[in-house]
Amino acid sequence: MTKQLHLAAHFPGVNNTTVWSDPAAGSHIEFDSFRQFAQTAERGKFDFLFLAEGLRLREQNGLIYDLDVVGRPDTFTILAALAAVTEHVGLTGTINSTFNEPYEVARQFASLDHLSGGRAAWNVVTSWDAFTGENFRRGGFLAQGDRYDRARTFLATANELWDSWHGDEVLADAGTGQFLSTAEPGTFRHQDAFFDIAGQFNVPRSPQGRPVIFQAGDSDEGRDFAAASADAIFSRHSTLKDGQAFYADVKGRLPKFGRTRSELLILPAATFVLGDTDAEAAEIAHEVRRAQVSPQTALKFIEQLWNTELSGFDVDGPLPAFDPVVSDNLISKGRASVRQFAKDPVALAGEWRARAHAGNLSAREVVIEVTGRQSFIGSAETIATTLNELVQADAADGYILVPHITPGGLVPFVDQVVPLLQERGVFRADYTGSTLRDNLGLAPLRRPGETAAVGVAS
Amino acid sequence: MTSAPAGRPAPLHLAVALDGAGWHPAAWREADAQPQRLFTAGYWTELAQQAERGLLDFLTIEDGLNLQSDDHFEADSRTDRVRGQLDAVLIAARAAPTTRHIGFVPTAITTHTEPFHLSKAIATLDYVSTGRAGIRVQVGARADAAAHFGRREIPPLRRDRPDDLDDPDAQRQIADRFDEAADYVEVLRRLWDSWEDDAEIRDVATGRFIDRDKLHYIDFEGRWFSVKGPSITPRPPQGQPVVAALGHSSVPYRLIARSADVGFVTPRDAAQAAAIVAEIRAEQASAGRAGQTVHVFADLVVFLDESETAAVARKQRLDERAGTEYRSDAVIYAGPAAGLADLLQDWQAAGLSGFRLRPGALPHDLTQLTEQLVPELQRRGLFRTGYEAGTLRGLLGLNRPANRYAAA
Repeated sequence: MTKQLHLAAHFPGVNNTTVWSDPAAGSHIEFDSFRQFAQTAERGKFDFLFLAEGLRLREQNGLIYDLDVVGRPDTFTILAALAAVTEHVGLTGTINSTFNEPYEVARQFASLDHLSGGRAAWNVVTSWDAFTGENFRRGGFLAQGDRYDRARTFLATANELWDSWHGDEVLADAGTGQFLSTAEPGTFRHQDAFFDIAGQFNVPRSPQGRPVIFQAGDSDEGRDFAAASADAIFSRHSTLKDGQAFYADVKGRLPKFGRTRSELLILPAATFVLGDTDAEAAEIAHEVRRAQVSPQTALKFIEQLWNTELSGFDVDGPLPAFDPVVSDNLISKGRASVRQFAKDPVALAGEWRARAHAGNLSAREVVIEVTGRQSFIGSAETIATTLNELVQADAADGYILVPHITPGGLVPFVDQVVPLLQERGVFRADYTGSTLRDNLGLAPLRRPGETAAVGVAS
Repeated sequence: MTSAPAGRPAPLHLAVALDGAGWHPAAWREADAQPQRLFTAGYWTELAQQAERGLLDFLTIEDGLNLQSDDHFEADSRTDRVRGQLDAVLIAARAAPTTRHIGFVPTAITTHTEPFHLSKAIATLDYVSTGRAGIRVQVGARADAAAHFGRREIPPLRRDRPDDLDDPDAQRQIADRFDEAADYVEVLRRLWDSWEDDAEIRDVATGRFIDRDKLHYIDFEGRWFSVKGPSITPRPPQGQPVVAALGHSSVPYRLIARSADVGFVTPRDAAQAAAIVAEIRAEQASAGRAGQTVHVFADLVVFLDESETAAVARKQRLDERAGTEYRSDAVIYAGPAAGLADLLQDWQAAGLSGFRLRPGALPHDLTQLTEQLVPELQRRGLFRTGYEAGTLRGLLGLNRPANRYAAA
């Protein structure tokens, strides 16, 4: 059976994928950039927009990191505003389960779902670091091992809050004078190691029942969390082999949670570079990589892996001859990617040196090679074909595309690649559903009253 | 301070307070009410657009972290009232792009929410409205809302046991919560200033997107929380979005005087209005803010019809439907627009610079406000005939403030 692709657009983020130095690069904070980006995605019939979040500005060597785009809007607020200038495209926000409370987050997502007519989605992320916690009254105190436990119970609690309204409470019957069908709507009680809360939720059931749930974790624990409770995974495995392995692994976990393969979508993140020909695209891609890894940025990456300050280091020469500083104390703070570096920095530095030796590469050239994310590079024809093949081969159910230019980077994809996918009958010619769940092909949620029994955590 | 040339009255500022189907508990049953649409975007955008047609300075949106109740301190289990509320900041963000001039001042509860989150939310509201955002801070007094968060105990207070409120412990708790709100506003304001306006430099030669010397840790440490900063959101278009608070007594008047740009108060008459304004001005002076504009608006609940007879009869009909006479912390005016204009003019002379009008029923009383009251005030030279500024601060006669962290 031919699968239909899902496509989403990730607003360019605060990392070196985003090329702010390009003359075409616009504002990363003005509403007009977000509006243009969202309207482009909707013109391309994309399933949804995706926004990342970080709750403390990144630092390196104790200084605010200044080489990438810095500054972003509040996720809920910008998504609610975008609901005003779009009609169909889904609105996915990354919201942290560590530095928020279930009642408030459940309320904000239920409100966003009402205000967008059923287009809200939540990418549930966790963190534990005291660094970010310094911005919050609750502080940063979560043990690393507890972060998934807290995320799981946070999501379970939010689900209980959304399900506390069944959808038939608001009568608003002016004749009889009954606004509500019940005197105690939204009643809930949740007690566990993380939350001890009870009372009444104050937002009636929203069009989708609850937001579509995304999860991005990659660890064994993260995959189980997603298989148990997510509607979609935002993954990093965008190549054929990696993608297929991840896809099979996660879909294979679904039965143990009583779920079927169609209940969880796998959507890897990917960049793209379009050209008139494959050769032209490759040339442009090379230039984009050099812009993404400026000499200054290359130095910062090397410092992150070596975990030490290297002022004066020449990135056009060889990599440092000495081994990285192995320490729990990392010079880079607020950046998730350095966790990959920190797993075994000495071995990774060895790999980088081997790459340099084999290709006769300078330090910067190594960084350009090893930090590159899988991109779809080619003519529109090539990209459409590759995307479709990957999806049909079960390496993914679709892709979350990250353009490197704000806000116009999505335009060529929408103008050139989307029509080819539509011609091949693997991508919608127009929106068919009224909610994001519909457009993702996820079955509508049953209302709590329609299920046999609703468990209340105790 | 707002002042005017001799012999000519200063223009009034007008805001409308949106809450559900209107402030009267039976308003949702009126023939022109739309109770089925209360939880849709269209309901709120239409109200905002109507308010903008009346050239109002801003609208406020009520909010709470518990189900509404006729009882101020606990749930009431009623089924004949509007219950359920969408997040007010998100309603404002959804409506702002559908308007061009009017300001948005949603309510947020300072007792249970994170100042870091709220600061960037209001900064973002300012971006999506291109400079029309404000925030009304409210202290959370209810024990049931506290139980929704489970992070702090709020002992139940009962108005029918007046001893509770006079008890020194209760008094101290109330004062503490308002002091906490003042700290909260301080954190909002520092975070808004934590980026200088020209922090984004995009310097290709050095590869730097920002000049990090123009980003600032706020390093706030107080009795209730500490916040490091800087914000993740750059300084909003207005620099400082407008901060508002409602007060009925000396403790909240101090919060208004110390922290707010606009205070909403509930005098019974012009003389009391003058006394409240004097108290706020004195507190302002002792807080070192004597030179700054703090607008004092009186709240009024309004039922507007062609005649007093019609308006009073409508309110009575609503009261009968509600099964109880509607009372309010604010004065209730039921009558024609001209009579309300007289009242506003009279109270303005007591030192108020504006009014926040709470429509008894929506859309009726908002439409009356924009189509009858506003033209009447314009005829008297008391209200703008077109929007004269592009930001909410501009409409309120407030300058764009210098950044506290910027080198002089």
